[in-house]
Amino acid sequence: MRLLQWVILLLVAITAPGVVLSRDPKSQVVTLSVYGLICALMFFIFQAPDVALSQITIGAVMLPLMIMLTLTKMRRQDLRRGQKGQKK
Amino acid sequence: MSSRARTLFFLVSAAGLAALFAWGFHDLPPMGQYRGPYGNVVSKIAVYERHATDVVNAINYDYRAFDTLGEEFILFASVMGVLLLFRPSGQGDNHDNERSQLEDALPVSDTLRVGMQAMAGTMVVFGVYIATHGQLTPGGGFQGGVILATVPLIVYLSGNVKTLDKILSSPVTKLAESGGAGGYAVIGIAAMLVGAHFLTNFLPLGKTGDLFSSGTIEVISITVGLEVTGGFLVLMKTYLREIIEEQLEGE
Repeated sequence: MRLLQWVILLLVAITAPGVVLSRDPKSQVVTLSVYGLICALMFFIFQAPDVALSQITIGAVMLPLMIMLTLTKMRRQDLRRGQKGQKK
Repeated sequence: MSSRARTLFFLVSAAGLAALFAWGFHDLPPMGQYRGPYGNVVSKIAVYERHATDVVNAINYDYRAFDTLGEEFILFASVMGVLLLFRPSGQGDNHDNERSQLEDALPVSDTLRVGMQAMAGTMVVFGVYIATHGQLTPGGGFQGGVILATVPLIVYLSGNVKTLDKILSSPVTKLAESGGAGGYAVIGIAAMLVGAHFLTNFLPLGKTGDLFSSGTIEVISITVGLEVTGGFLVLMKTYLREIIEEQLEGE
């Protein structure tokens, strides 16, 4: 059990800088999602299944989704502005 | 600031942070050694007092139900905030046009479509299970609600945009959001009507381990589930409508 806890803490320590170090927002969303899953696993191993359930759905699904949708929206806005600029 | 000064600044602050961390950590109790009295007390009396086997939800929806009410309204208010920020600009109201263009824009492989459609039903059952068994097993209204809110996403992934639109535009979604948030407060006020304090667990507790047990914990869990599902669906609708609009204007 102790070994499992150390392994999962190590995994969190590896994936967290991964999120920070990925510079492209799109790849950052993917790393963030993986980090969310690893965090959920950590909560589960430390015997907090309630928190783990919230973390899976919020950290691994909803948060990346919201970021993805925002990115799409921003890109569309940029495209539209570019077109308007050309017309003028 | 030059690059060298910046590095120096970083090193000094990082050393300070490390020192503070070491200072803060050196006196912590070892892992698994809990010193406070409340956790142990609550774990002992929750099953006896509230007939709820998931102590976390007995705390969330009963012992500190008032705080959870506040948290629920934080979610409600933030959804309202997004709605306010993303309110429609007043143009582009031709829905049929939007739908056909959206379907063209989504090429979906057969594998994905079949897999996701098979998953959608399972997710509905799982979400309802998690939301209604909050007092018995880990989970509860919040977790179940978010799981239920991912179902339209799965429908979206399967390329079935019309169904997604139907789910998101249905009045049930808005009703679930406001009804869930209001229902929580109504349960609290109902307790006052029978002469107890706000949000007292006034319903019969039932038999420990039954689906309908632990009084208001179960009911509040379901209202929270409704609120969370509705809230996330309203959010999703706001985001996706914007994207559809942008798509239309871009073409």
